[in-house]
Amino acid sequence: MNDTSQTMMMNETAARLEAQMAFKSLDFYYGKYHALKNINLEIYKRNVTAFIGPSGCGKSTLLRVMNRMYDLYPEQRATGELLLDGRNMLDRNVDVTVLRAKVGMVFQKPTPFPMSIYENIAFGVRLHESMRKSEMDERVEWALRKAALWDEAKDKLGQSGMSLSGGQQQRLCIARGIAVKPEVLLLDEPTSALDPISTMRIEELIGELKEEFTIAIVTHNMQQAARISDFTAYMYLGEMVEFGVTDQIFIKPKKKATEDYITGRFG
Amino acid sequence: MSATQDSIAASAGGGRKFGDWLFFNLTRSFAALTLAMLAGIIVSLVIGSWESLQKFGFSFIWHQEWNPPMEQFGALIPIYGTLVTSLIALIIAVPVSFGIALFLTELSPVWLRRPLGTAIELLAAIPSIVYGMWGLMVFAPIFATHVQPFLAGTLGKLPLIGALFAGPGLGIGLLAAGIILAIMIIPFIASVMRDVFDVTPAMLKESAYGVGSTTWEVIWNVVLPYTKVGVIGGIMLGLGRALGETMAVTFVIGNTNFLSGISLFAPGNSITSVLANEFGEATPGIYTGALIELGLILFLITLAVLVSSKLLLLRLSKHEGTKT
Amino acid sequence: MELLTRRKLTNKFALTLSMLAMGFGLFWLTWILLTTFELGIAGVSLDLFTKMTPPPGANEPGGLLNAIVGSVIMVSLATALGTPIGILAGVYLAEYGRHTWLGNSTRFINDILLSAPSIVIGLFIYAVYVAKVGNFSGISGVFALALIVIPVVVATTENMLKLVPDTLREAAFALGAPKSTVIMKVTLKASTAGVITGILLAVARIAGETAPLLFTALSNQFWSLNLNEPMANLPVTIFKFAMSPFKEWQQIAWAGVFLITLGVLGLNIVARVIFRQKHKN
Repeated sequence: MNDTSQTMMMNETAARLEAQMAFKSLDFYYGKYHALKNINLEIYKRNVTAFIGPSGCGKSTLLRVMNRMYDLYPEQRATGELLLDGRNMLDRNVDVTVLRAKVGMVFQKPTPFPMSIYENIAFGVRLHESMRKSEMDERVEWALRKAALWDEAKDKLGQSGMSLSGGQQQRLCIARGIAVKPEVLLLDEPTSALDPISTMRIEELIGELKEEFTIAIVTHNMQQAARISDFTAYMYLGEMVEFGVTDQIFIKPKKKATEDYITGRFG
Repeated sequence: MSATQDSIAASAGGGRKFGDWLFFNLTRSFAALTLAMLAGIIVSLVIGSWESLQKFGFSFIWHQEWNPPMEQFGALIPIYGTLVTSLIALIIAVPVSFGIALFLTELSPVWLRRPLGTAIELLAAIPSIVYGMWGLMVFAPIFATHVQPFLAGTLGKLPLIGALFAGPGLGIGLLAAGIILAIMIIPFIASVMRDVFDVTPAMLKESAYGVGSTTWEVIWNVVLPYTKVGVIGGIMLGLGRALGETMAVTFVIGNTNFLSGISLFAPGNSITSVLANEFGEATPGIYTGALIELGLILFLITLAVLVSSKLLLLRLSKHEGTKT
Repeated sequence: MELLTRRKLTNKFALTLSMLAMGFGLFWLTWILLTTFELGIAGVSLDLFTKMTPPPGANEPGGLLNAIVGSVIMVSLATALGTPIGILAGVYLAEYGRHTWLGNSTRFINDILLSAPSIVIGLFIYAVYVAKVGNFSGISGVFALALIVIPVVVATTENMLKLVPDTLREAAFALGAPKSTVIMKVTLKASTAGVITGILLAVARIAGETAPLLFTALSNQFWSLNLNEPMANLPVTIFKFAMSPFKEWQQIAWAGVFLITLGVLGLNIVARVIFRQKHKN
């Protein structure tokens, strides 16, 4: 693909795209260590954006800025802006619990709460909405269906979340994340602890979920990024090396550094 | 190797083998001594209390008359005192310990954690005789003049539980003993709770924060259920200590061998205070037999509580792969 | 946003309560230590260390000499008796018995004995020794205190030995050393600081124990170094004096309590410092 048609494709896509979140001059520090350097990036609505790069490049760190998870740790801090629908979320006055209702997260390992399957899902919803039991039942079913877990779980909603298999637990965590109806869903290496079949099911799920949610996914598996994402960001040593449409990044990356990583010359 | 070297090696090996064998059996027998101690304690207590066991049988537990000259002994009052003071101690200590553990794991700035943790552990190091004497000389008078009238005036007026705060406030008594015990067991319960809260996986806590929970919601809804086995184990450890405590209780419980009602302001006795006060003057025979039987009952109760606590904590560590 | 404000208030409320709980704990600690120091130090004088315990209502000054000496003797002997047993049993648990039936049972029972009522230990010694011999004695007090030392030393020795990495043991075995040598010359040496910490903590524990002495050593008004007679000791003397109506006796009791607290807390702090020094490396 030559440069002109690439740019045309980008412009076309850009015309249909709306930025849901954006990083503006974002820097991040673990104590004195400068972990993220001057990140500028847009995350587009109802698309999947993948973050790839070798270990330690900062991709998980960047993801965890998006829901201010780093707030829990006093020695971690961020400067710059993170815009969600135009408002800076890194501002002191922003209520973190409200941010996290809009930006959900699924972790590397399944983390079911020590509660029943039903309660795992209801827990988050109850924090932000008061509902009658019938409404909650509907929401739980909706979330489980969306996470492709309803058929397997519908007869054991009262059983502990920990009684499910690994892949099912991770789908439970996804259901839990979408039950609160966030705008953005952050996935931090969601399939790294799962077997290939469960991985495949979750990748299919992501393809369906992007119809309703904006998704940002960190993965150390390049092929996964190529399979499921619309946009890819390649990071190295805390810097955003290249960002673009996934097909373009994988077929004709603009930077040599990106190409070296993609072709496996290092990593 | 030459023949001489071979034989040297052989004889050295033989000497070594014996030394090893000796060392192994020495350490093994001392380890077995611990088991022997436990068995020995139970057996000797049973033998020592034989006269009393024979004379009174099971009714010892629910008779309340304690009359040495008439050789009439009943354990009801001491048992009641032991259980009531320990219960009061738990009611106060458990929420406070929870608050302290919560503070140490979630709220406190990192540099303060160790000094504060050490300060709380120092509470455990203070000998119980210090608690006892302080309780009698410093705490009891203030308790009698300021706190007890306040309690009588507020909680004492309520239906049902009001009866617990009836009667004059003497400073000493069941309630005072319970409060002193509470202070003594707080460090034990708080340490266990803090340890189990600390080993809760960060990812689990972050998942709860991730759906937008506040710190309290994370602790109450996720961390506490996750650690509940360890928490209960820690509480039972505290209970075991409270049941067996002697000096702190003896000074402030009032040393009275009859029950005049259910008021907590009343003086009473615990098994340990009876033993502490009367053993020195007890005449050998049925009197000491009855006292030793009290000791046996106490030992069996604490054994049951401590064994359950240990089993619970072991179950938790197997679950987590960490030791508490 | 009613729900959100309610949740935030609950959070603030709960976290404030937890801070109050922390303050509550610190309050009692400070109050107890301050009054002990204040009331105790008033009674500290040269007399305290040079004169014997006075008879009741006496007008002559008295002290705690016999009680202090008696306590020092009994605590030292009990530690000397209990420590080797405790260390060897701890060695078994850490080096031979990690997964054996005997090891697991001993570990379990030892933890129970750590928290068992010390008054019961006193009763035990009474039943097996004092009753047989016919009189209270200092040596029976030593036995009772030794039985309290043993579980503490067993537990700390085992934990300290377990901290030594296996690679160190393997290096010694690789040189051809037999097991007993590896343990005595390598593993124990590597955990010396920790084991000493355990001994100090055990001493701190028995220095303040009253209950086990009540029916074994009792106490003694007079000066006596005879272990076969009742022996004066600080805790029981304090108990007797504090519960009495005599002002001079109570004053001496406070001084005694002050001394014990100083000693116990001092030992605890020293033990922690030693442990932290060693493990900083």
